[in-house]
Amino acid sequence: MDKILDVKNLGVSFHTYAGEVKAVRGINFYLNRGEALALVGESGCGKTVTAKSLMCLNPMPPAEIKDGSSIEYNGQEVLEMSKDELRAFRGAEISMVFQDPMTSLNPTMKIGDQIAESLTTHMKLNKKEALDKAVQMLERVGIPEAEERINSYPHEFSGGMRQRVMIAIALACNPRILIADEPTTALDVTIQAQVLELLKELQNEMGTSIILVTHDLGVVANFADRIHVMYAGKIVEKGTTRDIFYRGEHPYTWALLSSVPDLYAENRKKLYSLEGTPPDLLLPLEGCPFASRCKYCMQICREKMPPKTDINESHSVSCWLKHPSAPKVEKPHILRRDV
Amino acid sequence: MLKYTLKRLLYMVLTLFIVITITFFLIHAIPGDPLSSLARNLPAQVKENFYAKYGLNKSVPEQYVMFLKNLCHGDFGESLKFPGRGVADIIEKHAPISARLGLQAITIGVIVGIVLGIVAAFKRNRWPDHLVMFIAILGVCLPSFVLAALLQYVLSVKFELFPTAGWGTGKHTVLPTIALCFGSVATYARYMRSSVLDVINQDYILTAKSKGISNFNLIWKHVIRNAIIPAITILAPQIAGIFGGSFVIESIFAIPGLGSNLVDAVNNRDYTVIMGLTIFYCALYIVSLLMVDILYGVVDPRVRVSEEVAE
Ligand SMILES: Nc1ncnc2c1ncn2[C@@H]1O[C@H](COP(=O)(O)OP(=O)(O)OP(=O)(O)O)[C@@H](O)[C@H]1O
Ligand code: SF4
Ligand SMILES: [Mg+2]
Repeated sequence: MDKILDVKNLGVSFHTYAGEVKAVRGINFYLNRGEALALVGESGCGKTVTAKSLMCLNPMPPAEIKDGSSIEYNGQEVLEMSKDELRAFRGAEISMVFQDPMTSLNPTMKIGDQIAESLTTHMKLNKKEALDKAVQMLERVGIPEAEERINSYPHEFSGGMRQRVMIAIALACNPRILIADEPTTALDVTIQAQVLELLKELQNEMGTSIILVTHDLGVVANFADRIHVMYAGKIVEKGTTRDIFYRGEHPYTWALLSSVPDLYAENRKKLYSLEGTPPDLLLPLEGCPFASRCKYCMQICREKMPPKTDINESHSVSCWLKHPSAPKVEKPHILRRDV
Repeated sequence: MLKYTLKRLLYMVLTLFIVITITFFLIHAIPGDPLSSLARNLPAQVKENFYAKYGLNKSVPEQYVMFLKNLCHGDFGESLKFPGRGVADIIEKHAPISARLGLQAITIGVIVGIVLGIVAAFKRNRWPDHLVMFIAILGVCLPSFVLAALLQYVLSVKFELFPTAGWGTGKHTVLPTIALCFGSVATYARYMRSSVLDVINQDYILTAKSKGISNFNLIWKHVIRNAIIPAITILAPQIAGIFGGSFVIESIFAIPGLGSNLVDAVNNRDYTVIMGLTIFYCALYIVSLLMVDILYGVVDPRVRVSEEVAE
């Protein structure tokens, strides 16, 4: 498989009055053509900042991309693109669906025009052709009476419908990469499933690569090919979906897995929730970022950053427990066993 | 929609009626009457006839009923001070002058204010922003009559660019227009600046950016359009401000508009003229409020729908 996107040593900081917030601290990952990659982690761990960086959408200032960061799209360095190159890149090659469909659409512009806009910009269609295409896109994402609906305004749609419109906008120019930043968090549970299904369908149909950002591991089980778990601006564990669900190695991954509701659990106990808060991103990190909340925490964890350990070619984890001289701990039973 | 419009009209008439009533009783609450200085030295009998002619011998409620009756026939009455001058004639003759000045001031005030506000927002914390904010603060704390005097001194006395006072040519309108619109420029500049800054931080601007559209489209279709809508709501108080300002400015620049007529009428206790002009101004203001509302509905799709729902 060939990489369409290759992110190396990406670091993003925000310069605030309180100091430098190191939101993303040197992360590495890649995206294969046609693949679905999930970035998972709790609120504030830097998922959105990472996602926006891929399109250079973080506001600069206050944001700063750290020296040594690299984002390669098809071999081209995104971070060195000129303004014009960036404009041609955004919307045409890569696009994004945002978290809150209620605020992400322009309230004073017709839905049709909002979809047509990128078509007239990138595909050089005229207004009429672009609107025809907009109707097709709306039909494709499952909006009934699309012909009339292109003349509606966002407030005339429900949340789920708006998210479908957002997806139509994002996919209008058939981009190679779609970033979906918690596309279902603001929606009802039943609608969530529909929207995810739609995304999956469109991905298979159009061959788009997807980066799905979420805080809910439950959402990605049937969606992603690979999962990266983020914590405090770092990726702490990477692996295929099977690696993470069946053979997860990081205590934080375990915590995330335990907080997924499991309908088939024999004894349906109270849902697990992780105690404590992530470290303050303003402060320098000495040891493992998870140390203060980890029940396996050892002396070394507080002093030195755990190195990355490769389990196999797709699976790697950053945790001192993988060190040869660390005590062997038994993995919690939440990992799926039916391998 | 018809029902909504009728309701609106009914409220307008009601408002007008209340304003008329309040004005009427307020004027009559002022001690003294318009004829007292004229009739001071007349014999008692003559004086009585004189008062009877204008209905001033009747009780205030009676006068009120009479006044309303005449009004319903479209009769505003005659000036008490200058018999023979109908109030309607005064309005017909002087209103166009005030209207020209007022329209010029509000148009220039709003447009310049909006442009300055947008520039300030996009050049935030750089010198254009500081300059605009300086103008805005000046406009808020500098009363229009002080500015008027300053303009007269600098631009007409010192540099003789414009006539000091009077009315007639376009040149005569320049200084009073500037003096009159300065407050609106200031208010609008500040309002637009914060409105644009607010819109820039909205999620849908990020969506627009992520589409890779041109800067022009981004700023014009997404930022400015959304930022201008809330600015329409402050149009009504601006119009009221222009009305109020025109009374002073017309007097300072000796402009024969309605404003200076009203000021004279108040000084002369010219009941009928005061009443007539007050009603006229009030009606004008109510109509402009309605127009602002309609304008708001035209530019903001969300309002259009809620009105349909409200029916
Ligand atoms: N504009 C900004 N200025 C300052 N700090 C910021 C800014 N944007 C993000 N941050 C900081 O970066 C960190 C990561 O934020 P990010 O939005 O990426 O979190 P997230 O993982 O997407 O969380 P969520 O699930 O809440 O969306 C946060 O601690 C936040 O405080
Ligand atoms: S390195 Fe130590 S503190 Fe960090 S997750 Fe592993 S065991 Fe826990
Ligand atoms: Mg986020």
